[in-house]
Amino acid sequence: MSHLRPALVLVVLFTIVTGLAYPLAVTGIGQSLFPAEANGSLVTVNGRVVGSDLIGQNFTSDRYLWPRPSATTAPDPQDPSKAIDAPYNAAASGGSNLGPTSQKLAERLTASAEGWRAAKMPQPIPGDAITTSGSGLDPDVSPAYALAQVPRIAAARDVPEAAVRHVIDRLVEGRTFGFLGEPRVNVLKANQALDEIGP
Amino acid sequence: MTLNGWMQIGILFFVVLLTAIPLGAFMANVYAGKRNLLSPILYPIERSVYALAGVEPGREQGWRSYAMAMLAFNAAGLTLLYTILRLQGYLPLNPQGFSGVAPDLAFNTAVSFVTNTNWQAYGGETTMSHFSQMAGLTVQNFLSAATGLALAMALVRGFSRSRATTVGNFWVDMTRSVLYILLPLAFVTAVALIALGTPQTLQASVDATTLEGAKQTIALGPVASQVAIKQLGTNGGGFFNSNAAHPFENPSELTNFIQIWQMLVIAVAVVFVFGRLVGDRRQAWAIIAVIGILLITGVAVTYAAEAAGTPLLKSVGINLADGNMEGKEVRFGLALSALFAAVTTGLSCGAVNAMHASFTPLGGLVPMFLIQLGEILPGGVGSGLYGILIMAIIAVFVAGLMVGRTPEYLGKKIEAREVKMAMLAVLILPTAILGFSAIAVVIPEGLAGILNPGPHGLSEVLYAYSSATGNNGSAFAGLSANTPWYNTTLGFAMLLGRFAYIVPMLAIAGSLAAKTRVEASSGTFPTHGPLFIGLLTGVILILGGLQYFPALALGPIAEQVLMLAGKTF
Repeated sequence: MSHLRPALVLVVLFTIVTGLAYPLAVTGIGQSLFPAEANGSLVTVNGRVVGSDLIGQNFTSDRYLWPRPSATTAPDPQDPSKAIDAPYNAAASGGSNLGPTSQKLAERLTASAEGWRAAKMPQPIPGDAITTSGSGLDPDVSPAYALAQVPRIAAARDVPEAAVRHVIDRLVEGRTFGFLGEPRVNVLKANQALDEIGP
Repeated sequence: MTLNGWMQIGILFFVVLLTAIPLGAFMANVYAGKRNLLSPILYPIERSVYALAGVEPGREQGWRSYAMAMLAFNAAGLTLLYTILRLQGYLPLNPQGFSGVAPDLAFNTAVSFVTNTNWQAYGGETTMSHFSQMAGLTVQNFLSAATGLALAMALVRGFSRSRATTVGNFWVDMTRSVLYILLPLAFVTAVALIALGTPQTLQASVDATTLEGAKQTIALGPVASQVAIKQLGTNGGGFFNSNAAHPFENPSELTNFIQIWQMLVIAVAVVFVFGRLVGDRRQAWAIIAVIGILLITGVAVTYAAEAAGTPLLKSVGINLADGNMEGKEVRFGLALSALFAAVTTGLSCGAVNAMHASFTPLGGLVPMFLIQLGEILPGGVGSGLYGILIMAIIAVFVAGLMVGRTPEYLGKKIEAREVKMAMLAVLILPTAILGFSAIAVVIPEGLAGILNPGPHGLSEVLYAYSSATGNNGSAFAGLSANTPWYNTTLGFAMLLGRFAYIVPMLAIAGSLAAKTRVEASSGTFPTHGPLFIGLLTGVILILGGLQYFPALALGPIAEQVLMLAGKTF
């Protein structure tokens, strides 16, 4: 019984210290020193929020660079107990969780690969182009996948392929310090840059 | 596999070792109550905490009293967290207007965070208010880690003391863990994570209109403060559903580097604390060597398996050089995903930056097996050290049997009582993991949760109970675990894996402390050389293999064979 008082007092005390004081102090420092990052690295165009640098978006127009497929879902408006596909739902992240022997995964990959070939995209297919990411919100694509989309974007925008390729090449982020991470292209940044070259 | 991939892995391990050594020295001072760098600021706070709680810091406890204090503290924490989750709808800081968490899910989540498991049967951004995330979950991220550290110190004192009746004071060890170690490190790393892009705001979400005119709602929140401690405390419970794969929780390779470092550094430093307190640093290096051998092997197997890809990926025409990218993020690629997976399961962290369910069968076997080995490589903060010391006791016992001498470890005779208690602790894990899994795969409530049919489905269930019992918290997340059956049984598996393991461990601490420390003689088996390293590695692998190989053969190993034969389910 002698343990009762310290147990109760310390749980309450540490709830105040680590559960309120600590996160609120971190919030205060974050908001004052790094306001852009602390609020989600938001991107604004003409004062309107168009997304976050860090969160992928589901671009589908031929004029834009497409992201990877996404496995995120949302509740079905007809029946909220069911989930429907909602790519790049940034309010409910998640991966497909399909295993390597999943029939569903095999069917999905086969269908995507057929679409890839039908669009006369270059072979082999880059590893990230038809697989879904862990978060379903991957903001990046590999340089190979980005470059494979150059002809489609150039045709849709009626600009030379070299101009589009130049944008992509410029936006390839290399490895940090030359060895850490993987080379990649941020889809939203690329699409903003593409809008600048026209039409 | 690429040279660059291995370079990333190698440099990370090197930086961890480099920083864990001074951190270990600092921690040894903290637990001994000596003045340290932070004393001028924190000592007055520490003293007032004791005064408020009615704790006499100078009064030490025997192992039974220590255990009772630990259990009382965890029971109080469990009750408070359960209450917060149930009453979430009436509490402040709930901008999304979430209602209270259902009873079975609240039980599962409360147990999960108190036991340092951080298994998540819910999606953070769709279930938890900011208040629950901060004053509920973040608090237990600190306190469950502090509990683990305190317990490790109790066992270390069992070895370092001679003819003692006490093993320390739980309240003091726990308070010092929070104030001097976890809180300062969490604070600094949280700010660093914000600078690198992790959000920290009380706003719930922001609405964006994309360049194509579509609407996107982006969930936000006090992410950095929770991520920092969930990594440092090897908790692993993410702010968002997809955990450290989410680009807000883990925006770049730099945050990924910091987060893997965070997971490892305290757990490794605790081993150095052990070396200092028993007065023989070579003993710590022997343990580090065992951990290093097994962990790097785990990283290598996962990395190789993921880089090899699958026949399915090859048949649809994916570039084989890119490996298996299903469930992985472009910014991390194969090397950093494999490294994260092995570290998070060798530790009892359970944060994930890629979906283990979509790994190749062998790539997924490694994380599961690392959990089943007992979360000792290097394990959770504190819990890993007491886990591997129990293995060391079994290893010297086996060696003693071979030569017919009473085994000794660190100058303490290991006798029947210690070995019995060690076996009792070790046997909890397979009983809960295999027992619950066996039941779940024959009853409809268990089978209903499986997403992937075939052997992968068995892996999902086996992984879930391994993760819960081992207090890891990662998942083959295809399993729909938010059901009364899984919430309840996984909750009990977590409680057994944590507390049914701790009590016999503390009994060992008590009985060792009471023994006289004998000087090493020419007949003593040295426990710092390559022979002991090999023996301990062997004991860990053989014990784990004997317990789990049959189940693994039916799950991931069968799946690997069938996958190579081109079979799908």
